[in-house]
Amino acid sequence: MVYLTRKIEFAASHLYHNPALSAEENRRIFGKCNNPHGHGHNYTLEVTIAGEPDPVTGMVLDLKELKDILEREVMHRMDHRFLNYEVAELKGQIPTCENVARVIWNLLEPKIPQGRLHRVRLYESADLFADCYRQGTGGAD
Amino acid sequence: MADGLRIELGRRYRFSASHRLHSTRLSEEENRRIYGKCANPYGHGHNYTVEVRLSGLPDPATGMIANLADLDAFVNERVIEAFDHRSLQDEVPVFREVVPTTENLCKEIFERLKSFPKARLEAVRIEETSNNSFEFAGDQEV
Repeated sequence: MVYLTRKIEFAASHLYHNPALSAEENRRIFGKCNNPHGHGHNYTLEVTIAGEPDPVTGMVLDLKELKDILEREVMHRMDHRFLNYEVAELKGQIPTCENVARVIWNLLEPKIPQGRLHRVRLYESADLFADCYRQGTGGAD
Repeated sequence: MADGLRIELGRRYRFSASHRLHSTRLSEEENRRIYGKCANPYGHGHNYTVEVRLSGLPDPATGMIANLADLDAFVNERVIEAFDHRSLQDEVPVFREVVPTTENLCKEIFERLKSFPKARLEAVRIEETSNNSFEFAGDQEV
C-alpha cells in the first residue's frame, strides 16, 4: 500500500456559539472563539489517499485529479467564506476543527475515483489540527 | 461514531530543556562511542516540540473532543512546567535512572498524559530538532 498526500490552504472565518446555551455558558466554554463577529484562520488541509500504484501509470491517483476534486469540493465551498453562514454542510454544527474535518471527509470520500481516502488532516493553526479516519483503517486504532 | 469515522485532535506544545546522554551502565569509552558529543559532561539543550493526539466523540453541544483550555492546563501542569528550562537528568526524577533520549522522553510524557480525563490519549510525537522526531502510542502501533 502506498499513501499519497496533497496539501491545500484556504482562509475562512468562523465563530463558536451554541444557541441552546446561555450567553454566559457560551462565553465560558468557547472563550474568545465566541466573539459575535467571528474571526478567521489560514487552514491547511492534508488529504491522504491509500492505494496500490496503477501498473501502467505508476500512480495511486493522478494528483491533478485530486487537486481538481479538492478545488471543487473544498476551496469553492470554504475559501474566503464564513463557515457558520456560508457552508450548508456545517449548518447547525459548531465549526470546530473536528467538525470541519469530518465535513471535509464526507465531501471527499464519495468523490475519490481510485484508491481510498485514508486520512483528512485539517490544521486550524500550526499548533492545532484534527484528523479524520474511517474506523479500523488507520491511525493508532 | 455512528458514521463510522474516527476523529483525533492534535495539539502542539513547546519547551526548551537540556539533557546529557550518558548511561551509568556503560564505561566512559562506551558512552563516548555510543552517544558522541551528546555525552559531553555538562549537557546541551534543544527546543522540543511535543505533538499530542487524542481521540473521542466530539460533544454535540460544543463540537469538541476536548476543550482546549482543559487540555492546555493539563499538559502545562504535567509536562511543560516540569520540563521547560530544566535539565532533564538533574530535575526530572525518572531521568536520574533512565537516559533522557527523546525515545524515553516520548514514553515519559505519554505516561504523564494518559490519565487525561476528557479524551483518550492516542500518541505523543516529539520533534527534538526539525530533523529528528520520535513517536510513542503506548501499546498500539503508530
